[in-house]
Amino acid sequence: MSDSKTPLLDELEKGKWPSFVKDLKKLAQRSPKAKDLLGQLELSYKDKMTHWKHGGIVGVKGYGGGVIGRFSDAGDQFPGAAHFHTVRVNQPSGWFYTSSALRELMDIWDKYGSGILNMHGSTGDLIFLGADTDNLEPLFTDLSNADWDLGGSGSDVRTPSCCLGPSRCEFACYDTLALTYDITMTYQDLLHRPFFPYKWKFKMAGCPNDCVASIARSDFSIIGIWRDNIRMDQEAIKEYAEAGLNIAADVVNKCPKNCIEWDGKALKIDDECCSKCMHCINVMPKALRPGEDKGACILIGAKAPIVEGAQLSSVLVPFMKLEPPYDELKSLIQRIWDFWDEFGKARERIGECIQRIGLGNFLEKIGLEPVPQMVLQPRDNPYIFYEEYFEEE
Amino acid sequence: MATPQRRTDIGPPHYEKFLHPIIKNNYGKWKYHEVLKPGVLVHIAEGGDKIYTVRAGSPRLMSSDFVRLLCDLAEKYCDGYLRFTSRNNVEFLLANKDNIEPLINDLSANGIPVGGTKNTISNIVHTQGWVHCHSAATDASGLVKSVMDELCDYFTGKIELPHKLRIAVACCLNMCGAVHCSDIAILGVHRRPPKINYERLSNLCEIPSIIASCPLAAIRPTIIDGKKSVEVDEDNCMYCGNCYTVCPAMPIANPLNDGVSIWVGGKVSNARTAPMFTKLAIPFLPNNPPRWPEAVAAVKNIVEVYAKGAKKYERVGEWINRIGWPKFFDLTGIEFTKYHIDDFKYAGKTYRTTTQMV
Ligand code: HEM
Ligand code: HEM
Ligand code: HEM
Ligand code: HEM
Ligand code: SF4
Ligand code: SF4
Ligand code: SF4
Ligand code: SF4
Repeated sequence: MSDSKTPLLDELEKGKWPSFVKDLKKLAQRSPKAKDLLGQLELSYKDKMTHWKHGGIVGVKGYGGGVIGRFSDAGDQFPGAAHFHTVRVNQPSGWFYTSSALRELMDIWDKYGSGILNMHGSTGDLIFLGADTDNLEPLFTDLSNADWDLGGSGSDVRTPSCCLGPSRCEFACYDTLALTYDITMTYQDLLHRPFFPYKWKFKMAGCPNDCVASIARSDFSIIGIWRDNIRMDQEAIKEYAEAGLNIAADVVNKCPKNCIEWDGKALKIDDECCSKCMHCINVMPKALRPGEDKGACILIGAKAPIVEGAQLSSVLVPFMKLEPPYDELKSLIQRIWDFWDEFGKARERIGECIQRIGLGNFLEKIGLEPVPQMVLQPRDNPYIFYEEYFEEE
Repeated sequence: MATPQRRTDIGPPHYEKFLHPIIKNNYGKWKYHEVLKPGVLVHIAEGGDKIYTVRAGSPRLMSSDFVRLLCDLAEKYCDGYLRFTSRNNVEFLLANKDNIEPLINDLSANGIPVGGTKNTISNIVHTQGWVHCHSAATDASGLVKSVMDELCDYFTGKIELPHKLRIAVACCLNMCGAVHCSDIAILGVHRRPPKINYERLSNLCEIPSIIASCPLAAIRPTIIDGKKSVEVDEDNCMYCGNCYTVCPAMPIANPLNDGVSIWVGGKVSNARTAPMFTKLAIPFLPNNPPRWPEAVAAVKNIVEVYAKGAKKYERVGEWINRIGWPKFFDLTGIEFTKYHIDDFKYAGKTYRTTTQMV
C-alpha cells in the first residue's frame, strides 16, 4: 500500500457500499484518462479544493448544447485530465435498457473517452465524463449511428425525464413515457440549440407521489392526478386488516383531510374532501386505486436556489386530460415560451420571471383565467393595483 | 452501417425497444404490487401476469466495466432487461421468481447491496464535486460513499425506519440535485468571498456581466492599476459563486474555509402533507476527506433520533412538525445559533408569531 499514488482515495475502497474508487482504479489499468482523473481527485482530497477550471466552449457541429467543456488546472501533472469534457446522452424514457444496447454504448464510450460515466445525471441524461476535444465529433457520429442523440445543456429545453409510470406502476394517471418521448421529439430543435433566456426543464410524474421530484426540480411539472372517486375493493381492505394492518391508526388517522371512515367492516371515503394525496392508496395498493377520470395537474416554476432562492412549482392548470397529440398542452407551452421570449431576462428562470411580473399579470399574458386552485389563499395585503375604475364623464 | 454519416436531431431511442415483454403486454394494466422483502417487488397485472423487480444500489459514478457487469447479471437472470431509477439505483426485471435469490447472491458477491424500497434509506442523489466541477466546495462521491457505508443497513432494510428517508448531497449552492426537498441534505458551502486575480480578470472577463451576475449587488466597478476592474463588498457577499461561474478570475474555493452544512425535513411527495423545503440543522462542518467523519456522524445522529421518535408513516419533516423545532434541537443535541434565523428576503415569515411553541 505504501507505494500507492492515491492513499487518501484508497480509504474509500473499504466499507459496505459499492466503491467508485475500486471500480475506477480497475478501469485506470487500461484507461490513462481514468488514471489521471484519480490522480487529480487525490490531489483535491489533499488540497481540499477542486482542480477544475471553469471550462471553455466546446461542442459538436450544429448543436449548441449537449457537450460541456471541462479543463483541469493541473493538466501538466495529469495530462489525461487536461481535457475532460462532459457529453450528455439523452436517456430513453423511464431509463429502460437492454444489455445489448448498454454494451454498444459502453463500447463507443471506451473507444473515444475515459470510460467513466454517471448513470444518470440529476436531469436524467447518461453523463459521459472525460472526452478530449478532438474525439467529440467521431464520438457523436458513432452515437448517432447507434441511434442515440445528445441531451440538453445551456439555455435550452433540458432533457425531459419521467417516472416509469404505466410501464410498471399501477398508480400512473397518464402515460408518462409516451408524453416524455413525444415532448422530446417535438422540441428537438429547442433541445439542441439554446434560444431561451435560461434553462427549461420538463419532468413528468404519473401521480402525486412524484417519484421524479418534478415539483421541486422542473420549470414545467406535469403530475398525474384524477378527478373522480378513489376505487375501492372492500374485500381486499378486509384482507389488509386481517393481515394486521391497523387501518384506524395508519390510514384513517393519517388522512390529512379527515375524510375516511372505517367501522371494522367497510371503508368510506368522502371524495369531495379528498385532496388526492395518495397516502391511503400507498398503504393499501391492492385495495385502493386512483379513480378512472385521469389526467394531470400542470405546475410551473420550480428551481434550485440560484439566483433568487429556491422555489417549488405552483399550480397553473388544476386538471388537464393528456392524450396524444397533446394539442392543449403544447399550445399552453407555446404561449408561455412566447411570453418568456418577450419578458424574460437572461439567466432568469421562468419561476423568477413570474414572480417579478406577478402571477396575475402572467396569466393575462398567456390567456389563462385565474382560478382559486392556483393559490393557497387569497391575498391578505390590501394594496391592490386596481386596473378597472370609472372615469368622470 | 455502411456509411458512418452523422445524423442529427433523431432524439433518444424509443423506449418500447427496451421494455421487457411482460411489461409491454401489461403496459398500463398493472393492478397492484407487493414488496416481497426489502429491494424485491412484485407487480401483478389485471390479467394475472407478474413481473419481479430486484432493486440494487449503484455508486452513480461508475466505469463502463461496471455497466458491463450489470449487463452480465441481467443476461444471466432476466434476458438482459434492466433499468435505472430516479435515485440512481439499478433494477433488474425478472419473469422468473426462482432467479431472484441467485441474482441477489451474485450481486452481493460483487459487493452490490439490494434494498432501497419502502421504509428504507434509498440511494443518495448527488452531484459531481471535485470529480468534475469547478464550483465544488466539497466532494460528492466520497462523501456519499462514506455516508452510505455507515447507513447501508438502513438501505438493505436490516434496520427498519418509520417511513422512507431520502438523502441528497450537493457540493455547492447551485444544487444540481434536489437537495432542497430531501429528508436530510448535505450541502457544500463556501464561507469567504471570491479572491480576485486582477490581472487575469482584465484579460478574461466582461466587467458588466460580472456585476450583473451578483444577486446581492455586492460587486462594484473600480480601477486597479489603471485598468477597469471590480471590487467585492465583502460584508454583502453570500459566497454563492455566481460571479465565479461568469468569471474564472474570481475563484471562490478556499480550502481553509470550505465545508458542508446539514439540512433536514424536506419532502417531494404530496402524500399526507404538501412538499416541503429542507431547513438548516447544522450551519458548518469541516471538509475532512477521505471520510468526512463529522458529517457522517451528524447524519447518523439525525437518522437515529428520527428512527426512535417518529411515528409510523411520518417523514422527517412531518415528525419535526409534530414535535416542534425546539424539541428537534433538544433531542439531536444540535446547537441552535444565530445562523439558523433567516435574514434573507421575507425572513420575517419564519419568525414565530404565536405563543404555541410546538
Ligand atoms: C454569463 C456567463 C455564464 C453563465 C450565465 C453561465 C452559466 C452556467 C450554468 C447555469 C451552468 C450549469 C450548466 C448546466 O446545468 O448545464 C454552467 C456550467 C458550466 N459553464 Fe458556464 N456560464 C457562463 C459562462 C461560462 C464561461 C465563460 C465558461 C467557460 C469559459 C463556462 C463554462 C461552463 C462549464 C464548463 C460548465 C460545466 C457544466 C458541466 O460540466 O456539466 N461558463 N454555466
Ligand atoms: C461546472 C459546474 C457544473 C457541473 C459539473 C454541473 C453538472 C451537472 C450535471 C451533470 C447535471 C445533471 C445533468 C443531466 O442529467 O442532464 C446537473 C444538473 C443541474 N445543474 Fe449543474 N453543473 C454545473 C454547474 C451548475 C450551475 C452553475 C448551476 C446553476 C446555475 C447548476 C444547476 C443545476 C441544477 C439545478 C441541476 C439539476 C437539475 C434537475 O434536477 O433536473 N449547475 N449539473
Ligand atoms: C385586509 C386588509 C386589512 C383590514 C381589513 C384591516 C382592518 C383593520 C382594523 C379593522 C383595525 C382595527 C382598527 C381599530 O379598531 O382602531 C386595524 C388595525 C390595524 N391595522 Fe389593519 N387591516 C388590514 C390590513 C392591514 C395591513 C396590511 C397593515 C400593515 C401592514 C395593517 C396595520 C394595522 C395596524 C398597525 C393596526 C393598529 C393595530 C393596533 O393598534 O393594535 N392593517 N386594521
Ligand atoms: C410517500 C410516497 C412516495 C414517495 C415520497 C416516493 C418517492 C420515490 C423516490 C424518491 C423514488 C426514487 C427511488 C429510488 O431509486 O430509491 C421513487 C421511485 C419509485 N417509486 Fe416512489 N415514492 C412514493 C410512493 C410510491 C409508491 C407507493 C409506489 C408504488 C406503487 C411508488 C413507485 C415508485 C416507482 C415505480 C419508482 C421508480 C421510479 C423511477 O425510477 O422512474 N412510489 N419513489
Ligand atoms: S410518481 Fe406515481 S405513477 Fe410515477 S412511479 Fe411514482 S407512484 Fe408510480
Ligand atoms: S388520498 Fe389522501 S386525502 Fe384522499 S382519502 Fe386518501 S389519505 Fe385522505
Ligand atoms: S452542485 Fe455545485 S459544485 Fe456540485 S456539480 Fe453542481 S454546480 Fe458543481
Ligand atoms: S460570491 Fe455571489 S454574492 Fe459574493 S460577490 Fe460573487 S456573486 Fe456576489
